[in-house]
Amino acid sequence: MADLTSNFIGIKSPNPFWLASAPPTDKEYNVRRAFEAGWGGVVWKTLGEEGPPVVNVNGPRYGAIFGADRRLLGLNNIELITDRPLRQNLEEIARVKKDYPDRAIIVSLMVPCEEEAWKTILPVVEATGADGIELNFGCPHGMAERGMGSAVGQVPEYIEMVTRWCKQYCSLPVIVKLTPNITDIRKPAEAAMRGGADAVSLINTINSITSVDLDAMSPEPMIDGKGTHGGYCGPAVKPIALNMVAEIARNAETAKLPISGIGGVTTWRDAAEFIALGCGNVQVCTAVMTYGFKIVEEMIAGLSQWMDEKGYTSVDQFVGMAVPNVTDWQYLNLNFITKAVINQDDCIKCGRCYAACEDTSHQAIEMSADRVFSVKDDECVACNLCVNVCPVDGCITMKELPAGEIDLRTGTAVTDEYGNWTAHPNNPSQSTCAPGAD
Amino acid sequence: MPNSQMTPGVAPGRLPTETYSNNFADLHAPLDAHEAAVAADRCYFCYDAPCQTACPTEIDIPMFIRQISTGMVESAAATIFAQNILGGMCARVCPTETLCEEVCVREVAEGKPVEIGRLQRFATDKLMASGVHPFTRAAATGKKVAVVGAGPAGLACAHRLAMQGHDVVVMDGRAKAGGLNEYGIAAYKSVDDFAHREVDWLLQIGGITIEYGKRLGDGMSLVDLSAGYDAVFLAIGMGGVNALSADGDDLGGVVDAVDFISDLRQAGDMSKLAVGRNVVVIGGGMTAVDAAVQSKLLGADTVTMVYRRGKARMAASVYEQELATSKGVRIIYNAQPVAMHGEGAVNEAEFEYTSEADGALKGTGETVRIAADQVFLAIGQTLEGAPDGVAVERGKIMVDDAGRTSMKGVWAGGDCASGGDDLTVTAVAEGRDAAIDIHATLMA
Repeated sequence: MADLTSNFIGIKSPNPFWLASAPPTDKEYNVRRAFEAGWGGVVWKTLGEEGPPVVNVNGPRYGAIFGADRRLLGLNNIELITDRPLRQNLEEIARVKKDYPDRAIIVSLMVPCEEEAWKTILPVVEATGADGIELNFGCPHGMAERGMGSAVGQVPEYIEMVTRWCKQYCSLPVIVKLTPNITDIRKPAEAAMRGGADAVSLINTINSITSVDLDAMSPEPMIDGKGTHGGYCGPAVKPIALNMVAEIARNAETAKLPISGIGGVTTWRDAAEFIALGCGNVQVCTAVMTYGFKIVEEMIAGLSQWMDEKGYTSVDQFVGMAVPNVTDWQYLNLNFITKAVINQDDCIKCGRCYAACEDTSHQAIEMSADRVFSVKDDECVACNLCVNVCPVDGCITMKELPAGEIDLRTGTAVTDEYGNWTAHPNNPSQSTCAPGAD
Repeated sequence: MPNSQMTPGVAPGRLPTETYSNNFADLHAPLDAHEAAVAADRCYFCYDAPCQTACPTEIDIPMFIRQISTGMVESAAATIFAQNILGGMCARVCPTETLCEEVCVREVAEGKPVEIGRLQRFATDKLMASGVHPFTRAAATGKKVAVVGAGPAGLACAHRLAMQGHDVVVMDGRAKAGGLNEYGIAAYKSVDDFAHREVDWLLQIGGITIEYGKRLGDGMSLVDLSAGYDAVFLAIGMGGVNALSADGDDLGGVVDAVDFISDLRQAGDMSKLAVGRNVVVIGGGMTAVDAAVQSKLLGADTVTMVYRRGKARMAASVYEQELATSKGVRIIYNAQPVAMHGEGAVNEAEFEYTSEADGALKGTGETVRIAADQVFLAIGQTLEGAPDGVAVERGKIMVDDAGRTSMKGVWAGGDCASGGDDLTVTAVAEGRDAAIDIHATLMA
C-alpha cells in the first residue's frame, strides 16, 4: 500500500489532499467534519483585518454551467472573504489545530497592501498554532475593487513586497496564491519567489459570467436585476490550471518553487495529473461543494491503487515527472505520424465521428450504407476530433505508423528520425542544427 | 354477495371498484420535466440517426430530443407533428421496442435505449395541453377531397390536405372519429379520452368536415364520390374478422376480440363489463395481447393466450408478450384450435399441439382442453366492403408507392391498403404521403 503522507514545504499531512480556502473551510464545524472525513489539510477561508467583518450579498452567490444530466462542470462565485469576526476565526483555528495535530491547517490572509496591516495580523495568526499562511492574491471579485485579492496578484511588484513583509514578520511557511487573470503566470510566480515565498498555489478563480438571464437581461448570479463577474472554478477550469502549473514548473527561474495545485481537482486522477506536472499537493473546493466531504475517500483509495500499480511508494516519487515532456510547439516531432482506427466491435454506430470529420474536419471518415464507419488513411491528418466526440471510451484510437510505412495521405515513407519545425524546410527562419526537445 | 374472480361463468364486477381505475391507468406514466431532461440528455444526436430511419413517419428524433433538452418543448412537438400529426397517439401505442428504440445506438451499446416514445409523449402532451395547433392552412385551392374513414390514415391525410389549402370531407361509419385509436387499442394506452381529444386538436387546422354514420355501399358509392370530389382517399381499415371454423364456434361466449376491445374502450364504467372467470384468447398479434391483458385487468381468474406457432413467429413483440405474462396471462405456443365445447355457452376450448417444419404447420395429434367461459378470437382482420372499381390483391386494396389505387383519382392507405405493417404509425405515414401526392396531382 502506497504511502500518501505528504510533506509540503515542511508542512506534514497524512495525504496530499487539502481543502482550498473557500466556504467549506469557513468555520470550525466544517473543518472538523472535513478532518473526520479524511482530508489531509485545509486552507482556512481567508481572514481579513480586525474590525467590522465584510458583508456578503443576500442573494445568490453562485452561478454554474452544466454537462449532461445536470452534472456541474463549472461554478462561479461572488462571495467575499470570511464574514465572521477575526477573533472568532482565530480561536476556532487554535482549537481545531490542537485537536488535529496531524492535519495541516493553513490560514489564508487578505489585508490591505500596507506593511502595518500585515505586521498586525501575522503574529495573531501564528499564535493559533497554524502550520502556514497562504496569501490570497487571487480573488477576482469584490475585494479586488478595494485593492486586494487579484488586484495585488496582477502586480508582481506588490506580490514581492507583501511576500517579503510576511517572511519578515512571521516564521510560518508562506504560500502565495496566484490569480489566473493575468497574461503570463510566470511573472507573479517569479515575484513571489523573489519575495521569499516558500511556495505558490494556483489557480485562484477566473473572471467569469456563467450565464445571462434572458428575461431580466442580467448576468447570473443576479442580485436585484444586476450581476457582476464572479470567480470561475470546477472541472471546466482544470485545463487552464494545468497549463499554468506547467508554465511555472518548466520555467527555469521558478522550476524549484514548490506548487500547491488548484483548479477543478475532482478525482484521484486529477490530483495525480497536477502532481505529475510539478505540484507537491493539491487543493480541492468545487468537488466538495458539489458532492460533499466524502469524495476524499475515493481520492485516497484511487491515488493509492494507482501508485501501487505503478510501483510508486511515495507521492514525491512522481512529482513533476511529466514536466520534462511539456515543450513548445516548435519542438514537437513532425515526423511522428498516426492514423485514427475505429474498433468495429466497440462502435455503436452513432455516426458522430462521421458528422464531425465530414462537416468540420478533413473528410477522412467513410460511412457505408449499413452504417459501418471507417477511416480513410489517405485523408486522415490524425487530428483526434473523432476520438474526442466518440461516446465510447477507447473505441477510436490513434495508431502510430511504423518507420518505413507509406503515409497514404502524403505518399511519403514514415521516418523514425526526429524532425521539428525549427529545421523544417517551410520554416523561413529554420536553423541548420535542430535542437532536441528543450 | 358481490362477484369475485371465482364467480363462475361470465360476470361483471369481479374486482373491488377502486381496483379498476388502477388497472386501467396509463401503462407508462408520463415523464415529468425532470425525468424528460434526464432522458433527453442520453441522446447522442446521431448522424443520419437510425431511430429516424426506423420511424415509418421519419420524425427527426435527434432534433426533437435536442429541442427538449434546450428547453424548447413546444418546438420539439412541432418537429414531431410536422412529420406525424398523430404523434401524440403514436407516442403511446407505437411498438417503439421494434422501431426507433430497437435501433437506438444506446440499445446497441447498453441494452437501454433513449426513451424516445416517452419523450415524444412529453413534448406532444405539452403542446396539445396548451391548446396550440402549430400549423396554418395555405391559401384555399378550391379543390375538394373526400376521405373515407376517420382512422389514423384518413385523419393524417385530411390534415395534410387541409394544410395545403384543400377542403376535406371525412366520412366515417361510426359515431366517433379516430378509428382504431378510438375503438381498438388497449384502454391503458389511451387514457383520459385521448383519442377523442387528439381528433379535436387535429381539426383545429380548419377546412375539415367530418360526416358520421356514412360508409361506402350504404347509400354512398365510390363512383359518386369520384364524381363529386377532385380526389378520393380510401382509409376504410379492416372491417371484417377471420372466422374460426372449428366445431362449436357458434357457442355463446365465443366472440371477436375486436368487439370486446371496442366495447371496453367505449365503456364508462369498467366494473359493469362482464368477463369470464376463465378466458381463452386465440391469436398471436397485438389484438390478442390487448384482449388478454384487459380480460385479466377486468378480473378474470385465468387468461390463456393460445397461438398456433412458436414464440418467434408471434406478431406481438417480445415486449408485448412480456407485458401480458407480467399481468398474469399464460401464453401457450404451438397449439391450434380444434373445437369449442359446452352446452349453449362455451366452457372448454380444445387445442391440438403443433410443430412447424420448413414453414409448414402440422398437428401432433396430442390435444389439450382449457377451461373457458369466454373465448376471444383474434385471428386476423379482413378487408370488408372494398368498393368496386379498385383492384384488390391478397385481401388489400392495391396501391403504388404514392398510395394510388388502380382507379384514377382514388388513393388508399392504412390497414386496408397493400404494404406497411398495419401499425398506427404506418397508417399515418401512408395518409400523409397520399395527401402529398394528391396535392401534387391536383395542382399539376
